[in-house]
Amino acid sequence: MNDKGISPTRAIHKYELKGGYYVVDPCSGSVHVADKQAYDLLDKVTPARFEHYEGVKEAGSACLAEDKEHSSVCPESEQGGCYAELRELYKAGLLFAEDECEKYAETSIDAPLKALCLHVSHDCNLRCRYCFAKEVLCNEGIHSPQSEHDNYAKEVLCNEGIHSPQSEHDSFAEDNVSDHTAMSPETAIAAIDFLVAHSGERTELEADFFGGEPLMAWDTVTAAVAYARANEQSWGKRFRFTITTNGLLLDDEKIAYINAEMTNCVMSLDGRRSVNDIMRPTANGKGSFDVVVPKFRKLIKTRTKEGFTDHYIRGTFTAFNLDFAEDVIELARLGFRNISLEPVTCTNEADYAITNEHIPQIYEQYDKLFMFLTGCEHSQEVNGLDSKGINFFHFNVDLTGGACVIRRLRGCGAGNEYLAVAPNGDCYPCHRFVGNSAYNMGSVSKTLSLNIKEYFSKTHIYSKSDCSECWARFYCSGGCNASSYDCYGDCRRTDSQSVECLMMKKRLECAIALAAMRLNVANEVCDS
Amino acid sequence: MNNQNQHIKTVTGKSLKETAEKGGCGKCRASCQSACKTSCTVANQPCER
Ligand code: SF4
Ligand code: SF4
Repeated sequence: MNDKGISPTRAIHKYELKGGYYVVDPCSGSVHVADKQAYDLLDKVTPARFEHYEGVKEAGSACLAEDKEHSSVCPESEQGGCYAELRELYKAGLLFAEDECEKYAETSIDAPLKALCLHVSHDCNLRCRYCFAKEVLCNEGIHSPQSEHDNYAKEVLCNEGIHSPQSEHDSFAEDNVSDHTAMSPETAIAAIDFLVAHSGERTELEADFFGGEPLMAWDTVTAAVAYARANEQSWGKRFRFTITTNGLLLDDEKIAYINAEMTNCVMSLDGRRSVNDIMRPTANGKGSFDVVVPKFRKLIKTRTKEGFTDHYIRGTFTAFNLDFAEDVIELARLGFRNISLEPVTCTNEADYAITNEHIPQIYEQYDKLFMFLTGCEHSQEVNGLDSKGINFFHFNVDLTGGACVIRRLRGCGAGNEYLAVAPNGDCYPCHRFVGNSAYNMGSVSKTLSLNIKEYFSKTHIYSKSDCSECWARFYCSGGCNASSYDCYGDCRRTDSQSVECLMMKKRLECAIALAAMRLNVANEVCDS
Repeated sequence: MNNQNQHIKTVTGKSLKETAEKGGCGKCRASCQSACKTSCTVANQPCER
């Protein structure tokens, strides 16, 4: 119970953002926009009070008796109407709703596979600082860098001073993946067969070409796609492919192929030229911005096939560009409309690491982006750039549809419905575990380790330490298991005050407010 | 829903419980939420049923 006698699992979350007052009731999934009076009164009401005081007077005086100051904000006569509105929501199950979802927590234990992340190449033709740093650390023979896009995981494990001593994963070094391995076409085809064989009744299957830089293993990519396309009808399945690329090797032929076959394409670019080129140099130390931007633009311009238009530009921000809203705006100015800018994830020792002390600046940047995306003041600062049609990934939330609660209990499904495949065909819970022998789940040519699969199927918001009482749990789904593992040596440990959780909650606040505005319910923030 | 209200308006009253009753089909896409891919929350995912 909190100090108002409300069980934390049914507590509401309320926040003010740029003049709007928002109320989230986690367990019902409802979202409300309040005026200041209702917003303040919510501090005084409880389920018990709603139950006991039906009418205006008794409840009003019960509130006022406890808070003299409140009486000036909220005269009793007006408060009566306000109280009645809140009580009506409570009675309709839209405020202080009970958490009744735990019974669904273990409904995915026998879930079939639906997606694979294929590490087709561990080699890369860029030397991004947040990735290459790992190579330096790992040249001590402890581990090999995996992915141009996998900014984080192994650095922690490589650094013995940080790695949790009680962790059972110290045997990480044994992995047989080397720095420059590529997956053979045969292994990729075996992976497609493996996915189909473990997919049960599921008809929609996904494969994600990842690296390193997957364009460096182009023959493997095309072999896997051709094999799946040739057989999907007879299997009764439908494949969706995604590719993530740094763009250096894109040419007209590859662009045409990607636009014909990949339902999603993720293009890595960090934002402004100066920011991008510091963090993402080529092997000979030159910047990559000028090489890749025209290629990405060309790809997007010709990405018109129905069902194959999804794409986004995915960048990383670090402590070096804590004014990252400018990078999002620059990407929009370059003509990109689907933008994701992610915080770098690395040990606190890195000079570019994001730490708790950066949180105020990060919140400020998210507020700035919120204003930009509402089409308000900030857009004037960027030469009339219209923010309409810009899809900033972190501020997306579907308030009216969206995934069912069963899906929301465990997020990504890593280790259970989704696996990663290393170049040698070994399977791991996801791309961030690749190379960790304690999490080796078998191989695409052998059987799958069911005990690891079961462990992940039971890793959900109710089995993670801080999630079951967090207001964000049905949106966040308990965060990233790999990140928990890397921070604490335990996939089920979370800390609601960690940088990751604080950023997640701030982004959700912005996303919910933006969605409310788009549904025309929120206060007009532009007028505030 | 309660848009005649003066003090608090409901944006969505969607009941999570109702989604459980018809949910769990597994047709929706996988989504990595880690920053190393993209922090796409599940709440951002469409139901594909
Ligand atoms: S991971 Fe953090 S933000 Fe997400 S539900 Fe758990 S405690 Fe909340
Ligand atoms: S465990 Fe984390 S990194 Fe792995 S798929 Fe899930 S969200 Fe992504």
